[in-house]
Amino acid sequence: MSQLLITNARPYGEDTVDVLVTDGVVETVAAGQSAPEGAEVLDARGAVLLPGFVDLHVHLREPGGEESETIETGSQAAALGGFTAVFAMPNTDPVADSDVVVEHVWRRGAELGLVDVHPVGAVTVGLGGERLAELGTMADSRAGVRMFSDDGRCVNDPLIMRRALEYASALDVVIAQHAEDHRLTGGAQAHEGAVAARLGLAGWPATAEETVVARDCALAREARARLHVCHISTARTIDVLRAAKAQGVQVSAEVTPHHLLLTDSRLSGYDPVNKVNPPLRTAEDTRAMREALAEGVIDVVATDHAPHAAQYKDTEWQAAKPGMLGLQTALSVLIETMVEPGLLDWHGVARVLSERPAEIGRLPDQGRPVAEGEPGTFALVDPDAVWTVRGANLASKAANTPYEGMRLPGSVVATVLRGRITAQDGKVVR
Amino acid sequence: MAQNRRGDVGARDSGREQQPGRELLSAADVTRTIARIAHQIIEKTAFGPDGSDNLVLLGIPTRGVHVAHRLTAAIADFTGVAPAVGSVDATLYRDDLRRGPARALESTAMPEGGVDDKLVVLVDDVLMSGRTTRAALDALRDEGRPRSVQLAVLIDRGHRELPIRADYVGKNVPTSRSEQILVSLAETDGSDGVWIAQEEDPEPGGAQPGGSGSGDQGDGA
Amino acid sequence: MRHLLSAADLDAGEATALLDTSDRLREALLGREVRKLPTLRGRTVVTMFYENSTRTRVSFEIAGKWMSADTINVSASGSSVSKGESLRDTALTLSSMGADCVVVRHPASGAAHRLAHWGGTGPSAGGAGIDTGGATTGTPTAIVNAGDGTHEHPTQALLDAATLRDRLGGIAGRRIAIVGDVLHSRVARSNVLLLATLGAEVVLVAPPTLLPTGVDTWPCRVSYELDAELPAVDAVMMLRVQAERMHGGFFPSAREYAVRFGLSEDRAALLREGAVVLHPGPMVRGMEIAPAVADAPNSAVLAQVRNGVHVRMAVLYHLLAGAPE
Repeated sequence: MSQLLITNARPYGEDTVDVLVTDGVVETVAAGQSAPEGAEVLDARGAVLLPGFVDLHVHLREPGGEESETIETGSQAAALGGFTAVFAMPNTDPVADSDVVVEHVWRRGAELGLVDVHPVGAVTVGLGGERLAELGTMADSRAGVRMFSDDGRCVNDPLIMRRALEYASALDVVIAQHAEDHRLTGGAQAHEGAVAARLGLAGWPATAEETVVARDCALAREARARLHVCHISTARTIDVLRAAKAQGVQVSAEVTPHHLLLTDSRLSGYDPVNKVNPPLRTAEDTRAMREALAEGVIDVVATDHAPHAAQYKDTEWQAAKPGMLGLQTALSVLIETMVEPGLLDWHGVARVLSERPAEIGRLPDQGRPVAEGEPGTFALVDPDAVWTVRGANLASKAANTPYEGMRLPGSVVATVLRGRITAQDGKVVR
Repeated sequence: MAQNRRGDVGARDSGREQQPGRELLSAADVTRTIARIAHQIIEKTAFGPDGSDNLVLLGIPTRGVHVAHRLTAAIADFTGVAPAVGSVDATLYRDDLRRGPARALESTAMPEGGVDDKLVVLVDDVLMSGRTTRAALDALRDEGRPRSVQLAVLIDRGHRELPIRADYVGKNVPTSRSEQILVSLAETDGSDGVWIAQEEDPEPGGAQPGGSGSGDQGDGA
Repeated sequence: MRHLLSAADLDAGEATALLDTSDRLREALLGREVRKLPTLRGRTVVTMFYENSTRTRVSFEIAGKWMSADTINVSASGSSVSKGESLRDTALTLSSMGADCVVVRHPASGAAHRLAHWGGTGPSAGGAGIDTGGATTGTPTAIVNAGDGTHEHPTQALLDAATLRDRLGGIAGRRIAIVGDVLHSRVARSNVLLLATLGAEVVLVAPPTLLPTGVDTWPCRVSYELDAELPAVDAVMMLRVQAERMHGGFFPSAREYAVRFGLSEDRAALLREGAVVLHPGPMVRGMEIAPAVADAPNSAVLAQVRNGVHVRMAVLYHLLAGAPE
C-alpha cells in the first residue's frame, strides 16, 4: 500500500484541507489529518489544488524528430507544467497512422510514467489527406486511441472529412481538425493584415480558418459525429462555433496560450520564435479568444507544444518551422490572461485545463473532482509566484519559447499522478 | 547635417552668442587682409589680362570658398580680370574620417577648363596641422595635373603636423592648442571677424587637442 | 546608421543627408578621368546575392570600387550556399573573415534583419546567439538590404528619390503614383515609406488582387483607376509584373492588365508637362510600359540606373566612413 498525504492545500482556491491518497485514489479530504505511518507527506503550503491538467494537443516529436523533443523530455516538460495527460499528435516520422506507431508511443509514455501519453492517430494515411487511416484498428489497439487528427495539415477534402466523421461516429472517437483551407494559405507566413503587409510576408487570411470550421460543423451535424477544432485563432471562428453549438452540433474547440496572449505585432524583427501555425493574430482576436474561453464557446486550452531544434528556428523567417513550446508556460499564461483579469476562477481553470479536455479525449480517470473516491491526480499551483521564462531552463530539448525573458505569474508547486509525485518545486521526480 | 567640420558650427554659434573671446581681426581688418592677399597673388603670379586663363582659385569648404570668391572679386577689381574660381571638398580624402561620425560632404566645383596646367591657389580660412591642405592636394591630384599649387590662408595659427607652408598668410597668430580660432564671414555667419577663445568645456581625452574651430585646426588629432 | 534594412529606418533628416551625399559624390566625380575616391581604402564590402540581379549587384560593386573598398561577390550558386550551408552560418563566416559590410539580396522577407541580428550581440530567443564581434575590425558587420523577398529594397527607393529630386526639384508636396504589383513589390514598400517620409503624396494604383490586405494602414492613398490619377501626378512609377504572377490568377490576362494598368502612349499623354516616368527595371516593354514611353525624354529610367551608383556610394559612405556607432 502506498500513501500520500497532501497537507495545506486549497482545492480550487477554497479552504485549506489535507488530502490523503491511498494507492492512487483519494481516501479522505479533510482538514487536520495526521500522516499514517509510512505515508509520504507533501506540504502544499497553501497552494491551489486542481485536478491534473490534460493537454489535447502536443507534439512530442518521437519517433523521427528526436533532435527537437523526445517522449521523455516532453513528459518531463508536461509534468513540470502540471499536466497529467497529454495527447501526442501523429505528425512524426513515421506518421502515427497505424497501430504499430501509436502503440510504440503509448508504451514509451507508460514506461516513463511521468504523464499519461495518449497518441493521437492520423485521420489519413501519411497525413496525405487522401485515404482514411485504420481508425478502428488504432482505437482498438493497446493505445486505445480516442482522438484522430492530421494536425499540421487540414483534412482539406470535404469528402474525406465527411467519411472520417461518419466512420468515427461509430467508434466514439473524435476527429480533431486543423482548420486551414490550404488553397487560401499557399505560402502563408503570417496573419494576413497590416503587419504582414508591411513586412512583405504572404498572408494567412482569417477566412481560411472560419470557412473550414463552418464546413466541418455542417458535416459533423449530418454525420452526428464529434468534431474538435484545434487551435482556433480568429474572432470570426468563434461566431461560427457559437452558432453550431446552438444548433446542437457536437463540436468542441481549443485555444492555445499563445493565441490568448501574443499578437502579430511581435513579428517586426522577423524572429521566427514567433512563427506558428495558425499565426499570431491581432489584439482584437486575442480579446475575442479570452471572452469566448470565459463564456465556454471555446471549451479548452491546449498548448500545441511544438518544439523545434535551433537549426529549424534560428533561420530566415520563411525557412523556419512553425511552432512554439507551451507545456511549462501554459498555466502562467492562463493566469496572466484569464485569472488575473477576473475572466476565470479556479473552477474555470480546472474546467478548461482538465475537466473538458478529459471529456473530449474520453479519459475516465482524468479531470475528476477533488473528492473522496476520485483519482489522486493533481496539479498544485502557487498563484502568487512570479518567474522569468528562460528557454534554456525548460525541460524540452528545444528552447523555442516565445516568452523568453518575460515575467509570468503562477507556478506549479507539484504534480501528482495517481498518488505519485511526478514533479515538485521545478524538479522532475522519478 | 549643415556641420562641415568637427565642432565648427557649434563653436561658432556659441562664440557669437556668448563672448567670443579676444578679437584678432575686425570686419574692416578682414576686408583689408583679403585685399592684401589679392595684391600678393597678383604680384607673385604675375596675373593680368594676359594670363587670366592660367590662374585658378579653389576654396576649401566652407569658409575657404567664401574667401576664394572674395579674393577673386578683389583681384578682378585691381586687374579688371577675374581669375577662375571653384571649390574642392577634401572630406573624402581626409585621414581622420574614422575618428568621428560620417561627415556631410561639401561641394566640389571645378571651374570650366579644369585645373590641368593651371596655377592653382588653394584657399582656406585657418591653417593649423596642415592635414586638410594635404587632403585637398590629394583631391586635386584626382581632378587633374596643375602646373603648380600654392596655398592662401586668412589665419595661420601654427601647430603644423605636416611639411606644409602657406604662400599667402593674412595673419600669423601664435596660439596654444587649448585655444580656438573663430572665423565669421558674412556669407555664412552674418558678419565678418576673427576671434581667439579658450576651448569650452575641455573633456579629458575626448576633446581635440587642436581645439574645435574652423579650417585646418580641427584636424590636429 | 549601423545598417540599412528598411526605408523606415531613415527619418527625413537622414534620408535627405544620404541624398545630399549622393549629389555631392556625383558632383565630385563629374568629368573626372580618375573615378576613384580613397575614402573606403582597406574596407571590405561583400555582396551576397541569393537571387540574380546583375543590375543591383554591379551597382553596389561599382559603388564600392569607386570608393576604394575591396568588393567581393558571393553568389548563391557555386558557393557553400548551394551546398546547403545556412544563411546564418554563411553570414557568420563572412563576418568572422572581417567583412565590414555585407550587401544582401535574398528571396526571404526579413533576411537582412536576420543577418543584422546574427551579426550583433546577445542571445536570440530561438537559439544561442554568437558574438561575431568583427574578428579583424572589432566592429559589427554593417548590413545593407539589397532586396529581401517581398519586403523592401531601400537603396532602390533612395535612387528613385534622388532621381525625382533631380527632375522635380524636390519631393515634399509632389504627388507620385506607384502602379502595378504592389502586393509582391519590395520596391513599392520602400518607396511608399521613403517618399512619405520625405513629404510626398503617394497613390498606389493596382487591381485589388495586387494590393496587400492592410494597405489601408500605409501612408498613402489607393486607387483602381490609372486614367483618373495620371493627369494630377508629378511622377508615375511603373512596377514590374513578374512572369509567375501572370499565371497566378491575380488578373485575367496579360492583355487585360496592359489595357487597364499599362503605361501606353495614349495614357502617357494624360501626364502633365514635366511629369516623370520611372521604372525600377527590368522592364516588360509592351505590357507594363510602351517602348516609346520608356524611351521618351520624360522617362528617367536611365537616370535611375546612374543615380543608383551614387546613392549606393552614399550609403556605403554613411555606414563605413565614420567611426563605428
